[in-house]
Amino acid sequence: MSAVETSKTQPGGEPLLAVHGVETFYGKIQALRGVDIEVHRGEIVTLIGANGAGKSTLMMTICGNPQARSGQIVYNGTDITNLPTHDIMSMSIAQSPEGRRVFPRMTVMENLQMGAILEDEGYFEDDLRKVFELFPRLKERQGQRGGTLSGGEQQMLAIGRALMSRPKLLLLDEPSLGLAPLVVKQIFEVIRELNANEGLTVFLVEQNAFHALRLAHRGYVMVNGSITMAGTGRELLAREEVRSAYLEGGAH
Amino acid sequence: MEYFLQQLINGVTLGSIYGLIAIGYTMVYGIIGMINFAHGEIFMIGSFIALAVFLALAALGITFLPIVLLLMVIVAMICTAAWGWTIERVAYRPLRGSFRLAPLITAIGMSIFLQNFVQVTQGARVKPLPPQIQGGITLMDSPNGIVVQLSYIQIIIIAMTIVLMTAFSLIISKTSLGRQQRACEQDRKMASLLGVNVDRTISLTFVMGAALAAVAGMMFLLYYGVIDFYIGFIAGVKAFTAAVLGGIGSLPGAMLGGLAIGLIETFWQGYFSVEYKDVAAFSILAIVLIFLPSGLLGRPEVEKV
Ligand SMILES: Nc1ncnc2c1ncn2[C@@H]1O[C@H](COP(=O)(O)OP(=O)(O)OP(=O)(O)O)[C@@H](O)[C@H]1O
Ligand SMILES: [Mg+2]
Repeated sequence: MSAVETSKTQPGGEPLLAVHGVETFYGKIQALRGVDIEVHRGEIVTLIGANGAGKSTLMMTICGNPQARSGQIVYNGTDITNLPTHDIMSMSIAQSPEGRRVFPRMTVMENLQMGAILEDEGYFEDDLRKVFELFPRLKERQGQRGGTLSGGEQQMLAIGRALMSRPKLLLLDEPSLGLAPLVVKQIFEVIRELNANEGLTVFLVEQNAFHALRLAHRGYVMVNGSITMAGTGRELLAREEVRSAYLEGGAH
Repeated sequence: MEYFLQQLINGVTLGSIYGLIAIGYTMVYGIIGMINFAHGEIFMIGSFIALAVFLALAALGITFLPIVLLLMVIVAMICTAAWGWTIERVAYRPLRGSFRLAPLITAIGMSIFLQNFVQVTQGARVKPLPPQIQGGITLMDSPNGIVVQLSYIQIIIIAMTIVLMTAFSLIISKTSLGRQQRACEQDRKMASLLGVNVDRTISLTFVMGAALAAVAGMMFLLYYGVIDFYIGFIAGVKAFTAAVLGGIGSLPGAMLGGLAIGLIETFWQGYFSVEYKDVAAFSILAIVLIFLPSGLLGRPEVEKV
């Protein structure tokens, strides 16, 4: 499984996030089997793979919960492999995790305030305005409890909350899950804007491989806890294995 | 009527003390889903420390009452807060993530240990404190000789409880610390993903609950004038009942439950008999839980998430 076919168009320089040979276990079950991934500054990188491949596990391992049993994770030049989660998150990494995990008994505003606990209070008003510009829906709903929002609104809140910490690296785990096509489009548009206008680096896990690969600069394919393919979004989209396995209406 | 009024005043006073202790149970349960059975002992230790401070100051010749009371409450709060922190650190944190009953067992062990510790070091006999705050306001003086009195110590207890409850509710609902505590309560993993130091937040919750219990312990000492190593067990069970009655996990519920238990107990004692006052409180708890399984203000188990 180590025969990773790497594209020659990888950007050079020190990556913002580098994952080397990471193995993660849940008890005796091995979920990641030596994963290597790099995310460079200003990139959108996507990770696709079937259910149970280990995508969410990789996202959470980057954040230190669970911690990698072997291998190394380097962020911005610092080895974060064995740091506690709250220390990792204080280094300008934010995650909108699988399942959104909006605080159900807190208002939209309180959820956003939770996103900003690591930040200087002076930025709060500014950041709040930006998030409300990206998702005007949240502004209308600011007094409503998170648990009573619709799925799409919860996703907007989860992303907005992650942005409130002014991240350099944004980890998004399946932001399109369960959303209407129009909302998916809107959320992908926001990601594109943030990347283009603010230079935000994004590492994105997606089931929606077609959209994700079109959006991303580069992509990785994960099968059974290992990376089996890597390349630019365009390259991966063109490949037969990707089309048949991950794109509906692929060559069959 | 006069008799009723007097019982009401007494009941509210007792209920305030129970309510302050109940907050510690309810907050810890809210954040880690565990009943901290050693919390009653924290209350007891608070009252012993307050007494020790009083005796030490008396030995030094410091008798100016406001200063004495202030020092009693401050020292008691600091010491019990340290106790609360230590208990969480040595007895509960190492077991976090193990099976659910494990911390419950250490909690009971901790409770027995603290009781025995005080019994051995302080003796089993009751410790008296001469009345410090005497007198009161006579509200009614009926011709048949029944007097309704609101004593100064009752005023202090009720006022102090209102102030602490208000401050506490504001901390939980409006400050960043309070939001972090609620976040840990609702989704600990997500809280840590936002940079919350979950262990520290849990420790702080124990510390806050313990400090409130210390205030309750000192007020108990001033109100009743006698304490022993066993008061923590009885008051602890009552306050725990109050927390469950109000809806465990709910702050206003803890206060309401405390008041309810204090009133039930006092009225039962006033109108029926002293012997069965505890039975009355527990019976009412059982009845309430049959009809409202999550307590008076607890939130129902089902919720749209
Ligand atoms: N907490 C856990 N305990 C035990 N096994 C787990 C746990 N979380 C995940 N796993 C297992 O690890 C493997 C990888 O799971 P993971 O959630 O990372 O997959 P995924 O690629 O995100 O899948 P999906 O697309 O369905 O979200 C799966 O086999 C899963 O059953
Ligand atoms: Mg997943």
